[in-house]
Amino acid sequence: MSASVLTAGSRRRRAQPIAGRLFSKFWVYAVCAVFGGITIVPLAYVVLGGFRTTGQIAAHPVGWPHPWITSNYTSVITSSSFWRQVANSLLIAAIAASLIVALGSSVAYALSRYEFRGREVLYTVFTLGLLLPLTVAVLPLYIELRHVGILDNPLGVALPEAAFGLPVTVIILRPFMRAVPSDVEDAAAMDGCSKFGFFWRILLPLSRPALMTVAILAVVQSWNAFLLPLIALNSPSEATIPLGVANYQTEYSQDTAAILAYTALSMIPALVFFLAAERRIVGGLSGAVKG
Amino acid sequence: MSSPSTSLRTAGRRSLRPADSARRRRRLELAFFIVPALVFYLALVLYPILQAVHYSLFNWSGLGTLSDFVGIGNYRDAFNDPEFTGAIKHNFILVGLSLVVQFPIALGVALLLNRPFRGRRAARIVFFAPYVLSEAITAVIWLLILQPDGLVDRGFQSVGLGGAVQLWLADLNLVLFTMFVVITWKYVGFGIILLLAGLQGIPQELHEAAAIDGAKSWTMVRYITLPLLGPTIRIWGFLSIIGSLQLFDLVWIMTQGGPAEASNTMATYMFNNGFVRYEFGYGSAVAVILFIISFALALIYQRFVLRRDTRGALTRMAG
Repeated sequence: MSASVLTAGSRRRRAQPIAGRLFSKFWVYAVCAVFGGITIVPLAYVVLGGFRTTGQIAAHPVGWPHPWITSNYTSVITSSSFWRQVANSLLIAAIAASLIVALGSSVAYALSRYEFRGREVLYTVFTLGLLLPLTVAVLPLYIELRHVGILDNPLGVALPEAAFGLPVTVIILRPFMRAVPSDVEDAAAMDGCSKFGFFWRILLPLSRPALMTVAILAVVQSWNAFLLPLIALNSPSEATIPLGVANYQTEYSQDTAAILAYTALSMIPALVFFLAAERRIVGGLSGAVKG
Repeated sequence: MSSPSTSLRTAGRRSLRPADSARRRRRLELAFFIVPALVFYLALVLYPILQAVHYSLFNWSGLGTLSDFVGIGNYRDAFNDPEFTGAIKHNFILVGLSLVVQFPIALGVALLLNRPFRGRRAARIVFFAPYVLSEAITAVIWLLILQPDGLVDRGFQSVGLGGAVQLWLADLNLVLFTMFVVITWKYVGFGIILLLAGLQGIPQELHEAAAIDGAKSWTMVRYITLPLLGPTIRIWGFLSIIGSLQLFDLVWIMTQGGPAEASNTMATYMFNNGFVRYEFGYGSAVAVILFIISFALALIYQRFVLRRDTRGALTRMAG
């Protein structure tokens, strides 16, 4: 586990032909073309459709923009609501990810480098969380958030997201922190480093790859969340991007071109983030999943 | 100052005070590291889930006091409602389809791509892209391209299959399968990437040795690749099952469970009753049933399928 998290992101081993003689290169490209096409065509349709007018789309649902119209895009870009949603999504993702890293790393530290009674029970309680879906908790969570008074507040989304992200964080971080040799800890203690000092100055920096993975998973999770924002954020000014896209689609159902433009622009942050952190996202997910 | 249990053993060897204060200090440290996360987790994960069980025993609109105790009445009502049993059936159909259809696709593509070729990295990025889009955005995209005479219909027409065009989201018998296609579009790339990562971990020497012994490609896949890929495949299956059981975002945005409840899932049914109709008690009962079904399946899967792979706490807990 620790090894897979460590290396999955950075591993660049040469690919190995498994079914080597079964298929020729032709099939590789054929399959890539078909699957790539199925993946890209819907996305391209959305982006291109944003450059057409609703009239054009009504007349010819599938077609090249003629003439190219930029007004759909400019009206979204100049609207405050779109940027508001981007900001809301960013804020919530940042809070959730920071909390997950802070709380997850400290509890993983206790669970990995202290001996105490009930440690394994505590670990089990946290891992159990993997089987506790948000869907089940969402009705009572709504009541709880209302009671505390953080409905329609970024915290109402970020705090539960952080809590539900803890199990996978602990599961990723614990073996990672465990793998740091105890010699390192002894040496640090010898040099007068306290437990806190060891955690803060040695263990956290050593765990950086795993912490990055955990943070990125948290950001992706939070950025894409729908159910929790749907129940917790009522006023349009608090909406996150997924919520905003869904609302926009119902609100402007007549104006297809506007929806296309809005959706196209909403895809950009996630895709850019993905391209920037591709290795880590893919490595993190497969590492986390490989257990 | 000293707690009785701590002092007895150490008293003989060391002076009481330093050992005791070290112990106290250690306890404080532990509390410092554990308590914040634990409080968070208890308050926002475990407590709400226990509350769901509590609410499920009442007839409650979410406002006012919990007073109308109905015992297991909500559960009885749920299982007597064909809409809900239908939703459970839909979830299981999606679980089955995911395992049977998505797995061969993902495995085939992963095997094919697991070799050096020009554009490999680009292909991986493209295949994986839908996974990073939210289900909400995916749903809106597909709503748009599935419109009558939209991109999908035109696609069929352009390859001479115009006769196959249907009302993809309005046909009672079809809507669930349309939903499955969208799910596959979004998630199969994740399976491919996962399996590719697993394939990279298989030592090349095994295949070389098998080739020297005269093994054919298919034999190698069957007897070397698949068994060694086992852990990855089994984890993928686990995620697929859990994801299919909890499907909500896509369905809610695309059809809200309709038409005529034909695409309802347990989660959309719960949301509809809990938040739309303000039946928090009944909605909670549905949530608890959803939980029990997922939990039971997860435990069965852990016990019989994953046991070989994980020696984590979950397995121990499962027995």
